[in-house]
Amino acid sequence: MKRWIALLAALLPLQVLALSGEEVMKKSQAAFLYPGKDFKARVLMKLVGRDGQERVRELTMLRKNAGAPGGEQKYFMYFFQPADVKDMTFMTYKYPAKDDDRWLFVPALNMVKRIAAQDKRSSFVGSDFTYEDVSGRDLEDDSHAIEREEKLGTRDCYVVKSTPKVGDAEFGHKLTWVDKANFLPLKEEQYDKRGAKYKLFTADEVADVKGTPTVIRRTMKNLQSGHRTEVTYLKSDYDLGIEDSLFTERFLRQPPRKWID
Amino acid sequence: MDRLNARRALALSALLLAAAPAAAESMVSGFLQQNTAFNASGVNPDGRRYKRLEERVQLKLDASAGGWRAHFKGDAFYDHLGRGAATEVREAFLDYSGAAFDVRFGRQVITWGLGDLVFVNDVFPKDHEALFAGRPLEYLKRGVDAVKFGAYPKLASFEFVLARSFRESRIPDARRFRHFDPMPAVTDRETVKPGQGEWALRAYRDFAGYDAAVYLYRGFQRTPSTRPDDLAAPVRITFFHPELSVIGASLSGRAGSGVLSLEMAYYDSRQDRAGTDFTVPNSQTRLLAGYQLQPWEDFTLNFQYYGERMHDYAAYRAALPAGFPEDKRWNHTVTARATQFFLHQTLRLSVYAAYNASNRDYFVNPELRYSFTDRVWGAVGANAFGGKPWGQFGQFARDDNIYLQLRYEF
Repeated sequence: MKRWIALLAALLPLQVLALSGEEVMKKSQAAFLYPGKDFKARVLMKLVGRDGQERVRELTMLRKNAGAPGGEQKYFMYFFQPADVKDMTFMTYKYPAKDDDRWLFVPALNMVKRIAAQDKRSSFVGSDFTYEDVSGRDLEDDSHAIEREEKLGTRDCYVVKSTPKVGDAEFGHKLTWVDKANFLPLKEEQYDKRGAKYKLFTADEVADVKGTPTVIRRTMKNLQSGHRTEVTYLKSDYDLGIEDSLFTERFLRQPPRKWID
Repeated sequence: MDRLNARRALALSALLLAAAPAAAESMVSGFLQQNTAFNASGVNPDGRRYKRLEERVQLKLDASAGGWRAHFKGDAFYDHLGRGAATEVREAFLDYSGAAFDVRFGRQVITWGLGDLVFVNDVFPKDHEALFAGRPLEYLKRGVDAVKFGAYPKLASFEFVLARSFRESRIPDARRFRHFDPMPAVTDRETVKPGQGEWALRAYRDFAGYDAAVYLYRGFQRTPSTRPDDLAAPVRITFFHPELSVIGASLSGRAGSGVLSLEMAYYDSRQDRAGTDFTVPNSQTRLLAGYQLQPWEDFTLNFQYYGERMHDYAAYRAALPAGFPEDKRWNHTVTARATQFFLHQTLRLSVYAAYNASNRDYFVNPELRYSFTDRVWGAVGANAFGGKPWGQFGQFARDDNIYLQLRYEF
C-alpha cells in the first residue's frame, strides 16, 4: 500500500506537469528560434557534395523579435562569401501564418528588389536548409504529438511527431528530439509522403551564450542525395540592442559595419 | 568634362589608397575576367565578327573608420577589337553616415525604380552596349559623378542626388552594331554634351506593407537625339541631349502569392513642350506593371507590361519630315523572365524576352551560368534581336551574338 502511495505521489506531479506535443514544440520554438530580444551570429555554411566537394557561404545574421516567441521577427543577413555575392544583403520580415516579405540588395547594380517568397520549403542559398529550417515553420501548420520519450546520447528527450494539417507536396511528417532540459531540438528526421526518411538535422554542439543554451554547430543532411550542409556559428550574441531602423532599405543598401562584423 | 571627372575620381582613389592603411578596416578584392561575344552570322559595320573580345581585371578597395567609408572599384582591360588597353573608374566614393542622414560623394552607381531592363524612374546612365554585347549585367549601369544626400526622418526616407556635370548613357558603338540611320551619307557628325548638371530626388516609405516611392528628376535625356543642320541637304549631324524633367511614383508589395510592382512617370520634354520639333522626343507618360512569382523551388517568373504614350502626337506627326519612320502614339512592350537554379544554386538558367507589340520588335537573352568553384564562374548566352529596321531592337536584327564570360574572383 505504501508503495502504491509513493508511486502515485511520484506520478502525480508528472501528470500535472505533462506537456502536450504542441506545448513541447512551442517551448522548443521559443528556445531555438526566439531567445533574446535580438541575436547576432557570424554564420559559416559548408555545403558538402557526395563527392566531397565543398562550397562555403559566410554571412552575418541578425535577428530581432517584435514581441513574444511565435510572433513577428525581422532578419538581416550580410554575405561575405562566396565572392560573387560579397556585400549582398538580404532582409526578411517573418510573420506567423502569412508569407514572409523579402528584400534583396544586389551590390553590383546598387539595386534593392523585393523577391517573391511563397515557397518556404525552398533551399536557403543553395544549402540543404530551407528557409523554414532557418527561421522556423509555423507551428499551426502541423499537429504535434509526443511519440515517446527517450535518451539521445546523455540527454533526455521528447520525441515529437509533427504532421502537416494540410497536405504538402513532399513533406510527410517529421520527428523531433527535443531536449527536456532546455527544449532545443537535438535531432530532426524529415519524412516524405511515402514515409521514407529524406532529411536529417542534428545539433552537433550546444554552447552557453549569455546564459542561453544555443546550438552553435548543426548539420542538415539530405539522405537521398548524400549532400549535406554544416553550419557553424562563429560568434553568437544576444540582446545587443539592435535598432528597428536597421531593418530598412537605408541599411540594406549601406549595412553598418558595427552590426555586420 | 568626362576626362576631368575621371581625373577627379582618380585623385579621390589615390587618396583612398593612401588613407586605407590608416583606417580601422580595409579590404582588397577583385577579379580577372575574359569576355567574348561573336556574331551569330555576318559581320559588323567595322568588318569584324566580334562584338566583344577582352580581358579585364577589376580591383576593389574598401576602407572604413568610424562613420566614414571609402570605396573604389576600378578596371583595367585590353580590348582586341581596336580600343586597345584602357582603364576605367567604375566607382570611387566617400561615405559619411550619421544617425539620421548620410552623404556619398564621388562616382557612384544609382539604381531606382522597379523595372527589369525597363526603366521608368531609373534616370541614371546606362551602358546599352554592355547589355546587347553579352557583358556581365553589372556593366549595364554607369556611375554618376555626384553628391548624394540621404535623410531618414520618421515621415519618410529621402535621397537627393546632385551632379555638377551630366554623364550620358552609352549607346551601342556604330562600328559594332547596325544602328538605324536615316541619313547614312552624312559623315560630318558631332556630339554636344549639356554644359549643366542635373539633380534627382527620391522619397520612399512603407504604406501598409507596400514600398511606395515618388521621384523627381531635372536634367537631360540620357540617350542623344539627332539633328541635321539642313533637312533638304544635310551636311552635318549634331547629337545632343534634350532637356528633360521627370516626375514619377512606384509601389511594390505582396499580391496573391507573388510580388506586384507598379510604376509610372511623366517625362516632361522641356526643350519642346509643344512637340513640334521632331528631333526632340515628345513628352511622355511611362507605365510599368510587373508581377513576380515562384511557382516551385528555385524557379522564378517575372512578367512585365511597359507602355509609353506620346503627349503631343498630332504635333509630332505634323512636324515629322517625309521619309522618316513614324512612331505610334502608344508603345506597348511585354517582357518575361524565367530563372531556374540547379545543383544547389550553382547552375542558373535564365531567359529574358521582350516583345514590343507596337512595332513587332523583340529581344531575347537566354543565359546559362555555372559556378565551377566559389571563386570561378562562367556564363554562356545569346542576344537575339528582330523587328522593324528602325525599332529599338529591330535595328540590330543582324547583330545577333553569342557570348562567353569567365571570371576568377579574388
